[in-house]
Amino acid sequence: MNLTSVLIWLPIAGALAVWILPLSRYATGSLAVLVSLAEVGIWIEQAIRFNFGHGGLQFEQRARWIPDLHSSYHVGVYGFSLWLVGLTVVAMAACTAYGFWVGRDRPRAYFGLMLFLTGATVGVFVAQDLLLFYAFFEGMLIPLYVLIGVWGGPGRLGATIKLLIYTMTGSLLMLAALIAYGLHGGTFDLVDGTFSASRWIFLGFMFAFSIKAPLFPFHGWLPDAYREAPPEVTAILSGVVAKAGTYGMLRIAIAKFPDPTGYYRTVILVLAAAALVYGSLLAFRAPDLRGVVAYSSLAQSGLIAIGLFSGTNLGFDGAVLQMVAHGLISTTLFLLAGTIERRTTTGEFALLGGMARGRPALATLLMTVGIISLAVPGSASFAGEFLILAGAFQRAWWWAAIGAAAVVLAAMYMLRAISAVLHEARGSLVQDEALDLRTGELALIVPLVAALLFISAWPGGIAHHSFPADSPVLSIGTGFK
Amino acid sequence: MIHTPHVDWFSISTLLVLLGASFLALLSAVLVPRAARRAVAAAIAGLGFAGGLVTSIWLYVDSAGGHRVIGDAFYRDRWTALGQILICGIGLATTLVGAEQIAHRDDAHIAEFFSLLLACAAGMAFFIGSANLMVMFLSLEWFSIALYVMCAIDYDVEGSLEAGLKYLVVGSFGSAALLFGSALVYGATNHIGFAEIGAAGHSHDTLLVLGLAMLIAGLGFKSSAAPFHMWTPDVYEGAPTPVTAFMSAATKVAAFMLAFRVLRTAFPQEEHLWSWALMGIAVASLVVGNFAALVQRNVKRMLAYSSISHAGFILIGLAAATPLGGRAFVYYLIPYSAMAFGSFAIVGSRERELGAPVTLENLAGFGWERPFLGVAMWFFLFGFAGLPLTGGFTGKFYVFAAAYQHGWAWLVVIGVLATLVSLWYYLAIVRAMYMRDELRVAVAGGSPPREPLLHAAVGLSLVVATGSLFAVRPLIDLAKHATNALPF
Repeated sequence: MNLTSVLIWLPIAGALAVWILPLSRYATGSLAVLVSLAEVGIWIEQAIRFNFGHGGLQFEQRARWIPDLHSSYHVGVYGFSLWLVGLTVVAMAACTAYGFWVGRDRPRAYFGLMLFLTGATVGVFVAQDLLLFYAFFEGMLIPLYVLIGVWGGPGRLGATIKLLIYTMTGSLLMLAALIAYGLHGGTFDLVDGTFSASRWIFLGFMFAFSIKAPLFPFHGWLPDAYREAPPEVTAILSGVVAKAGTYGMLRIAIAKFPDPTGYYRTVILVLAAAALVYGSLLAFRAPDLRGVVAYSSLAQSGLIAIGLFSGTNLGFDGAVLQMVAHGLISTTLFLLAGTIERRTTTGEFALLGGMARGRPALATLLMTVGIISLAVPGSASFAGEFLILAGAFQRAWWWAAIGAAAVVLAAMYMLRAISAVLHEARGSLVQDEALDLRTGELALIVPLVAALLFISAWPGGIAHHSFPADSPVLSIGTGFK
Repeated sequence: MIHTPHVDWFSISTLLVLLGASFLALLSAVLVPRAARRAVAAAIAGLGFAGGLVTSIWLYVDSAGGHRVIGDAFYRDRWTALGQILICGIGLATTLVGAEQIAHRDDAHIAEFFSLLLACAAGMAFFIGSANLMVMFLSLEWFSIALYVMCAIDYDVEGSLEAGLKYLVVGSFGSAALLFGSALVYGATNHIGFAEIGAAGHSHDTLLVLGLAMLIAGLGFKSSAAPFHMWTPDVYEGAPTPVTAFMSAATKVAAFMLAFRVLRTAFPQEEHLWSWALMGIAVASLVVGNFAALVQRNVKRMLAYSSISHAGFILIGLAAATPLGGRAFVYYLIPYSAMAFGSFAIVGSRERELGAPVTLENLAGFGWERPFLGVAMWFFLFGFAGLPLTGGFTGKFYVFAAAYQHGWAWLVVIGVLATLVSLWYYLAIVRAMYMRDELRVAVAGGSPPREPLLHAAVGLSLVVATGSLFAVRPLIDLAKHATNALPF
């Protein structure tokens, strides 16, 4: 069996099993968590067997799908996709476990959708055929739509409509673009496909990815979706799904459209910088914990895009590292926000405060992740941001200057959030009876933090193992051959 | 003395099987006691369609080189056989649903329903294979008249009778247009055979062009493409739901497959004309279908408009007029038929449960109450919208690819925008089923009916719809071999 295909289809098979078998609530949740842990195990096996010195596609599988239009089921992993798959399976396992821990209603539907989402998201990161990529890209949206619409907060219907209209507008334009690309080039295969100089096609793709990531003017869906979704779904949205947007920029927009990338570089860098600064400012003004993390995700997407579109070796390395690091950070933060909301029924800073007293585990974890996220030297995101800024500096010094200013803003909003939740006077909704994190919650959050600490200790593990021979520009220029 | 042509009985075996079953079903209306009549008639219909499937598959396998038979009046080729396979499959599913869903006081006329269904399918099977204008018109009337009666079969229900009458009036208008068009074409070329008309070598003949336009209009009525769609919402809403399900799937298959054959065989020189005409009709259908569906509250009406918009997508493939376009729309028809049929069947089930027309309001909570039907509906709706859960996704991809290959990139963009609009109303149904508080309805007759046959039919549709996403290659090969029977 091909490990990449197993990573896609095992959770989807699990989803079908959960939907079909009339299991009890407990058995359903356990099965889902087991499958998602198995995913992590398979991914670790894949990472161990992965040959980082070899440049081409690994764990490749190709099967015929639509031969007369030259589209096939073609999957495989490169170094950078390996890390994003790892991020996906780890975050999905934590979030599925979180859903089990809080005991979501209608468990069979819920866990089936979570598993389906896992499979589709892995598929996005390993698909090497444009149509297949598109299918998985859309496939992510279907479970997300229902997860938010059914298990979300009071404003969930509006949030789902916005999310869907925004992302489908982007995706359908991408569909038009990919048809044009595939029929022009004679193949939909990403490995065999040639470079294209068409600006329209490039814009079609970039539009979709900029909405998914999101970049500055395309983020209208983000605040509602991140606030109304259940916390673990928000964690996936910002930690994993948003990375599909930036991954698409790297794998498709930049890799297949070198000329248009150069032509639109400044425009995209401006939008990315706008997302970075604007997101940071909004995060500083947000009245609740989820708002802060949501807008900081917008800012981080901007930063990652700056790294990617700086077009330098350092920028690419940093962007991949930052995708993984920020994915883990925002997953953890949203899950922590969920645990706080369960204890206090709110995430509003005005009603929170003083939670550190008597809750050492919660305080320690929130503090640790918060500090990693504000890019303290030695942390994973410091390494990522530093590489990105250094890469941006090579392009032009002012991109680095804007980025550095935003890093300062990150410190401001994150410290403000931490102190508003943990310190200051006790909030009106914080009861003394509200417990510290329970064993179950620790069991799913601590591994995430441990992973973050590991990356902090050895950022080169990702940054130097994403592209062969440490030269992303060269490897993108040769089409990852 | 009249010269009788040689008859290739095997080429019309599907027709004969269906007609024979229709005859038996009609007999059972008289001979079988009332208590057993529903079961017996449904069994006859089921066997008839199964037999039709067998013979049409056999014909498909055995007709690699297509040719005309019976005095050059009927095509024995893979195009015909594939159409017949689809029609028989849809008929089989309709039988399953109809056996439970066609409500009638003490089953007085249930056998007639099945008899008409079989006759109607036989007419469609004949229609797809017709090789000249006469046979085409004859078979069109044949299946249309059966459909008119089927629409009105629940004559206790006011809407049903109204639907039948409306369909009769508007449908006759469409038939008249087709007949008039045929007459003009005959007048212009002196031929009635499609191939002879094509070979007559005539271009820029006003009579002929006018006839072609009338033919397209007549077929547009049958396939409910805008601007010939006015009857569709009313009839789909009023007709008994199994009949609606059958019409939305089978009539489209028959009308589109015949249309492509006629246009390709009889009017190759006028391709530039009909290609643009069909493209215009496609755009009109996309616009009208999608925007009108946005404001519907009645789910059957909404799905009726959705079927108009899908006629638009299918017509993109026809309009491209290339082998790829032919493959694209034949492939599209397979998941589309399954999804259209399945979704109407599910609505029918809810309708029976409520004893009232299904609206977005009284659909609330349906997904949780009837999990299987809910999930199936979810698949169909996302599939209609072109999300990658069913072959609707690959179908859209194919027709867009055909349009792009033909040089109509802007048509792809229109299709994409239409898809975007369609999401709004498809998701309105998903929202109603899953995301609203459950409705405490007084269910007509206690707990929901069990409906095993309906579940089987919906399950079958689900398998076909989802399977066609994965099994693209075998289905496209089928479509390719069928398309090879047409002249390009």
